[in-house]
Amino acid sequence: MANVTLRNVRKIYPGGFEAIKGIDVEVGDGQFCVLVGPSGCGKSTLLRMVAGLETVSSGEIDIGGRIVNAIEPADRDIAMVFQNYALYPHMSVYNNMAYGLRNRRVPENEIKTRVEDAARILELGTMLQRKPRQLSGGQRQRVAMGRAIVRQPKVFLFDEPLSNLDAKLRIAMRVEIRKLQRRLNTTAIYVTHDQLEAMTLADILVVMNGGRVEQIGNPLEIYQKPATTFVASFIGAPPMNLMPIDAVRAQLHGADAVPAEAGQLGIRPEDFELGDTVPTGGIGLDLRVDAIEHVGAETYVYGARQEVGQNDSLTATANDVIVRLPGTAAPDIGTRIRAVAPRSRLHLFSADGRQRLAV
Amino acid sequence: MVEHRPLRDLVAYVVLALGIVIFAFPVYVAFIASTYDAATVVSGNLPLTPGHNLLQNYYRAVFVGGSRFMNQPVGVLLANSFVTAIGIAVGKIFISILSAFAIVYFRFPFRKTAFWIIFITLMLPVEVRIYPTYKIVADLRLLDTYAGLILPLIASATGTLLFRQFFMTVPDELLEASRIDGAGPLRFFWDTLLPLSMTTVAALFVIQFIYGWNQYLWPLLITTKDSMQTIVIGIKKMLSTTDELAEWQLAMATAVLAMLPPVAVVVFMQRLFVKGLVETEK
Repeated sequence: MANVTLRNVRKIYPGGFEAIKGIDVEVGDGQFCVLVGPSGCGKSTLLRMVAGLETVSSGEIDIGGRIVNAIEPADRDIAMVFQNYALYPHMSVYNNMAYGLRNRRVPENEIKTRVEDAARILELGTMLQRKPRQLSGGQRQRVAMGRAIVRQPKVFLFDEPLSNLDAKLRIAMRVEIRKLQRRLNTTAIYVTHDQLEAMTLADILVVMNGGRVEQIGNPLEIYQKPATTFVASFIGAPPMNLMPIDAVRAQLHGADAVPAEAGQLGIRPEDFELGDTVPTGGIGLDLRVDAIEHVGAETYVYGARQEVGQNDSLTATANDVIVRLPGTAAPDIGTRIRAVAPRSRLHLFSADGRQRLAV
Repeated sequence: MVEHRPLRDLVAYVVLALGIVIFAFPVYVAFIASTYDAATVVSGNLPLTPGHNLLQNYYRAVFVGGSRFMNQPVGVLLANSFVTAIGIAVGKIFISILSAFAIVYFRFPFRKTAFWIIFITLMLPVEVRIYPTYKIVADLRLLDTYAGLILPLIASATGTLLFRQFFMTVPDELLEASRIDGAGPLRFFWDTLLPLSMTTVAALFVIQFIYGWNQYLWPLLITTKDSMQTIVIGIKKMLSTTDELAEWQLAMATAVLAMLPPVAVVVFMQRLFVKGLVETEK
């Protein structure tokens, strides 16, 4: 158990490419930290730097009060679960889990106890003598987890561990990982590109983009108060609707009260309602229904904004507004609807999207 | 699976049978020749059924030896060939797997250069560099020794390339998992890379054993003592006579014996090879 602290961590590759541009993160003891971002944002690189698989160009990585920049991965007291599991194909499940302990000269009877404990927790008891190729994807995933558990590390590192599983199994394993981490009370850093996975697992969510941190915080807080338009559109599915404020000034009640530096307006799909009257200070958008997605419990309406003075003209998809309605609602395609949202549900951002403004 | 068509099957069988006859007939004749006395073989009227001298010929070949020029029994020659071929095969595998390991997994200055130099040696087989190689071996006083027979032949660009290709298909995560599991480079090599390479090792062993077994020019150059000769040289020397009858029946018996070890290696290793191919998964 340990804190993990990253202080102004940078990664510059020999070619001069700066993959990580100065990151500060503090993960408390026993917390579950999720790094999330689109591919190429540097999240895996950052995790691999914590693991010691990539060198740190500058800054400090601190695990449990010890600067580990120059320490070998094996001596950092971490365990890692890889995306493709990286099980040793020629070793049995038992040996896969025992290998790291043997290299550390843990006595054989101690190894046996630990491996059998892990196998019991992960329900792998009957498979200890099998080879990885005789296991299903979910079972391999468990073995990879088991290999991490038996080490009893200070920190678990997960590099997109669920992305090779099918959707159903992914959800089941997601819950299991979270339960396991709570039970063992071990600090964890988890990398994913799946915002839903990130939201559900994290104590601390770190949203990354282009080698920088966009926002750090509690997942709900990030969802409710995204700091930038990137976070706003990345966290949440379907994403937050973003539109230039000038395009909707006419529809915005009390537009004068909007700060002058505000450039973009955001509204989450679920914050809309159908209705005729615009709440005070709220917004009312006239939409032409272009497409409908029935998900069961809810319905997503993709509507084209009808701008003032260009009533029936076709509007580009960039102007699409997504509205979430209850599953029973089903407006016809081509019809007009009016979607309204109260003032408190609006998000304002600066024109470059880098700054959140008070509504 | 191909559709079952009788005519096509028949043609295929005829072609296969023809092929087998063409390849196997000389071997059969060699075997027949090894069962007659010298006079019958030389007469040119060799029957196609085995004669009565089989045991006698093989006994002489294995335990006594042939002509005046080749008085070592085949047993010694076989042993020499065996040591040489095994030495070459094992040595080649050892050197090439290590050099491939270095080239693929370590970042050192002139790594690419080292690789290309190894690659270029593909174009320089023993025959091309025979004089300098002979000079070196002679200066090292390795003439007429097993070391002299083996060492110059074990550096192998082919093996290095083969292992390099294989190592590049091994996922990087395995190396990283090993590092986190506390295995150093040699431990990773021994515990993970080598077990995964077994099929490649088996394939290379078969190829290199036969390569070593069939060496002719190099053993001919550096061995002068009869007791150090390999069987391939022995067969040739058995037929060198001055005025007496060349003992073809002994040479043929020796040739048949000389075929057995490579055949055994192929048969035995092929099973391992195929088994490995079916079972291995990266």
